[in-house]
Amino acid sequence: MYDASTLFAQLLNGLSYSSTLFLVASGLALIFGVTKIVNFAHGSFYMLGAYIALTVTNALPTTGFGFWGGVVIAALVVGAIGCLIEVTILRRIYQAPEVFQILVTFGLVLVFQNLIYEFWGPDEVLAPRVPGLKGAVTIFGERIPQYNIALIFVGPVFLGLLWWLTHRTRWGRLIRAATQDREMVASLGVNQKTLFTAVFFIGTFLAGLAGALQIPKESANLQMDINIVVEAFVIVVIGGMGSIMGAFLAAVLVGVINAFGVLFFPQAVSVLIFLVMVLVLVFRPNGLLGGRMVAQRPGDLSIDQPFRLPTRAMKQAMLAAVLALALLPLVLPLYFEVIMTEVFILAIFAGSLHFLLSVGGIVSFGHAAYFGLGSYAAALVATRLGLPMAAGVLAAMVAGAGGGLLFGWFCTRLKGVYLAMLTLAFAQILFTLSIQMVSVTGGDNGIVGLTRPSWLNSHMAYYYLALAAAVLATRLMRRALYAPFGFAFRAGRDSLARSAAIGIDTARIQWGAFVLSGAFAGLAGALMAYHRGSVFPTDFSVSTTVDALVMVLVGGVQSVSGPLIGALSYHFVSVELIRNLADYWRLILGLFIIVFVLGVPQGIVGAFMNRFGKGER
Amino acid sequence: MKTTFLKAMAVSAMVLLSGGAGADSIKIGEMSSYSSSPQSTEAYRKGWQLAVEHINADGGVLGKTLEVVSRDDTGKPDAALRAAQELVTNENVVLLTGTYLSNVAVAVADFANTNKVFFLVGQPQSDTLIWEKGNRYTFRLFNSMHSQVTAMAQMAAKLPAKRWATIAPNYEYGQSAVKGFQEELKRLRPDVEFVNEQWPTLGKLEAGSTVQAMIAAEPDAVFNATFGADLAKFVREGNTRGLFEGREVYSILTGLPEYLEPLGDEAPEGWTVTGYPVEQIETPEHAAFRTAYEEAYGELPKVGSLIGYTEMLAIRAILEKAGSTETEALIAAARGVTFDTPIGPMAFRAQDHQSTFGFYIGKLAVVDGMGRMVDWQFYDGADFQPPDDLVKSLRPEEATK
Repeated sequence: MYDASTLFAQLLNGLSYSSTLFLVASGLALIFGVTKIVNFAHGSFYMLGAYIALTVTNALPTTGFGFWGGVVIAALVVGAIGCLIEVTILRRIYQAPEVFQILVTFGLVLVFQNLIYEFWGPDEVLAPRVPGLKGAVTIFGERIPQYNIALIFVGPVFLGLLWWLTHRTRWGRLIRAATQDREMVASLGVNQKTLFTAVFFIGTFLAGLAGALQIPKESANLQMDINIVVEAFVIVVIGGMGSIMGAFLAAVLVGVINAFGVLFFPQAVSVLIFLVMVLVLVFRPNGLLGGRMVAQRPGDLSIDQPFRLPTRAMKQAMLAAVLALALLPLVLPLYFEVIMTEVFILAIFAGSLHFLLSVGGIVSFGHAAYFGLGSYAAALVATRLGLPMAAGVLAAMVAGAGGGLLFGWFCTRLKGVYLAMLTLAFAQILFTLSIQMVSVTGGDNGIVGLTRPSWLNSHMAYYYLALAAAVLATRLMRRALYAPFGFAFRAGRDSLARSAAIGIDTARIQWGAFVLSGAFAGLAGALMAYHRGSVFPTDFSVSTTVDALVMVLVGGVQSVSGPLIGALSYHFVSVELIRNLADYWRLILGLFIIVFVLGVPQGIVGAFMNRFGKGER
Repeated sequence: MKTTFLKAMAVSAMVLLSGGAGADSIKIGEMSSYSSSPQSTEAYRKGWQLAVEHINADGGVLGKTLEVVSRDDTGKPDAALRAAQELVTNENVVLLTGTYLSNVAVAVADFANTNKVFFLVGQPQSDTLIWEKGNRYTFRLFNSMHSQVTAMAQMAAKLPAKRWATIAPNYEYGQSAVKGFQEELKRLRPDVEFVNEQWPTLGKLEAGSTVQAMIAAEPDAVFNATFGADLAKFVREGNTRGLFEGREVYSILTGLPEYLEPLGDEAPEGWTVTGYPVEQIETPEHAAFRTAYEEAYGELPKVGSLIGYTEMLAIRAILEKAGSTETEALIAAARGVTFDTPIGPMAFRAQDHQSTFGFYIGKLAVVDGMGRMVDWQFYDGADFQPPDDLVKSLRPEEATK
């Protein structure tokens, strides 16, 4: 249906886009390969590169030298800032579990967003065209901008440079060695610190370069970071975490598929990339060129001690706490009643994540998927079928469990970061579908008008319902934790080989845990839907997942009561920050997350127990 | 660390408890996506702040000063709902206003409906707010998507072009813009066909391949609804690749200063756009507004500024007509209220709670290295509203009571 010249031009367009993707993704892959840091802030360095390049190229003469010089300077500055971040913050968390690293870098994302806004203001700025590359080249009758042609070569050039660096220099060999086995390299007397800092410099330099090269094509804007980072992760995962050649192949694959997708299925472009990722991971669980992940740090969230049954005193304390919460509405202003209701609902959600994360060591980075499935199921059952709330809640739990069943089937075949990224991909697919399938989901306007039964209409009634649900859900999840199923699940976390040896089918147990966790997340989604009276695509969004992760973390990863404490503290802090510090809340919240992870990695409950208590946390 | 955290909690608790209301003021609850979309909301905030100053300098409303309690809705419906709840129960505001994104407005409108609070929507343009999801507590200030695309389609129908390509971000705004344009154009010109539809994700347009795909479809004309960063990419790639050569382009929002400024001298000449030629509107009311704004902030107003400013004028008019701050009185007063704005008199329609906020359509040209609207004309929103029977069929019956 299209002639050859169009197809060829589209191939070139795809390759040009691939170059940008590759620069961002290769930096990410390099950093992950050596430091094992899952750098969610990589998009922020990209955005920073664009803004700095604007400022620098503005100051330099508008010549070819001015532009390219400015781009290189900007990338160097970004690399230097990357070094600074590595030395001051990231260096402290190399030994920490992945989820902590993801959270710290997410805190950095918030800080960067706020600071860039402060420095450069809200306006979008488009750089002038590049001197010497302003026009277009005509290839088989199709006009292609010269700059895009130039970009096509940037990717392979840097692939070559990186290859030369890693294969032909002593330093590069050290990088490759560290990618394979960090401890061994350290044992051989190599100074890891400088190595890591240097790698972080190169990685962020590449991100900054990609951002800087983008300014003649795209106006620098404050959404650039989020828009690129998920894509970059997808590429790194498709290529194989840590593999630069893999990142290149994946970038070309995604760039070209995207270009032809625009031609043939313009409606589906945004989910295409995720579908490619799912497909690749089903057939190659370690990505296209990723080797087996050797020597994973011993059980990522493995802990010094197993969960212990609560002592009598603890049980009494918990009962007292529940009683106190039950009496609270009598003295609480209405607004707090509403916030507390949300805290209970979020505690269920965080609890379901906690179950996968702490008990099973599974980083579910797309946990919002089940929350959203629950909220949408409840909303659809209520508004489309006109069924009562109980049916909606049931449908939500079934939907959440169904999500767990489906995604768990894929995810339990993978490990570590791959698993985390695949869960993220599923959540992103649902997020995109919920926005685009307007006839079913109402698009980004969501579904509104859910009404509660009349006996639940008052805030107080709903408060008690949420409290009861939270207590019941916590109780049930705790029951599962101490059941043979829970022990088997924990065994899989602590040692795959040993649990296999005693006949535990780890994958199946984990699959079951996905279903259970999905059902409870779905319940939380339904309760939130009826609390708000509405559901929205944001229920599926990354930030919903991150919020839950932060809650688990703030409460304490190793504490059964952590989710509730975490939900309580984090929800209050973030809500109050947003309310009182309209222009700086992201900065403060980001710093809060960073400082918290660095300072109190065991969470509030953990810190409390370390000091005062024994028994169940 | 723990003590710092406890301190933080204590501070926030104190802040929470100290929100007392001044007796001589009328409190308005306002929210918008200040942190997530500063490009458009900063000017909006400046606009309403200026209006509040002006109103209070004029003696306030109903003998009291107007006080605005502002919140960041963070671009998320759930945060907006929390803010709405807090504004109503904690701050005792008499009404809610603002919001930037349509989905946030839909959520707050639903809140207003269940909690019986008056809500004046500020910037969002989605028509669902006044149609399918309309309710009797919700009014909308800015012009509707429907009015703009209808006017555009009527102009487009006079062109010889038969083959159209469209490009719009893939969410409700873009989809309803394209649908509205297509329906009106097809109604007037059954011979028109739409040969290519592009639906990039907002903010993620891969312009090179998308423009190429549009060229390959060989359209006679193009309808565009992208804006912001996507628009800049689209324009630059389209210019270089020749998508716009010999083709008419009809484009909504492109003439707004927010989106025109970043394009600089690459503003696409000859496009027919909706916008806000702020530097050229010389009516005395508008010139006064522009001057006051420039004196206060040292820059020209954007359309967000105009909306923010008008929003507070509308609220004053409603409050004064109602003579009270009771919700029912506000609804009764708002239906049919008329008031003066920098761009002329405006009213809220009783049948769908939509204002008659007008819009400007013109051609783009580059003057002194900057994009400018030329040959523009003002279209009164009152003339481009859907017929009453259609409104009636679209709005829930509850909303009309």
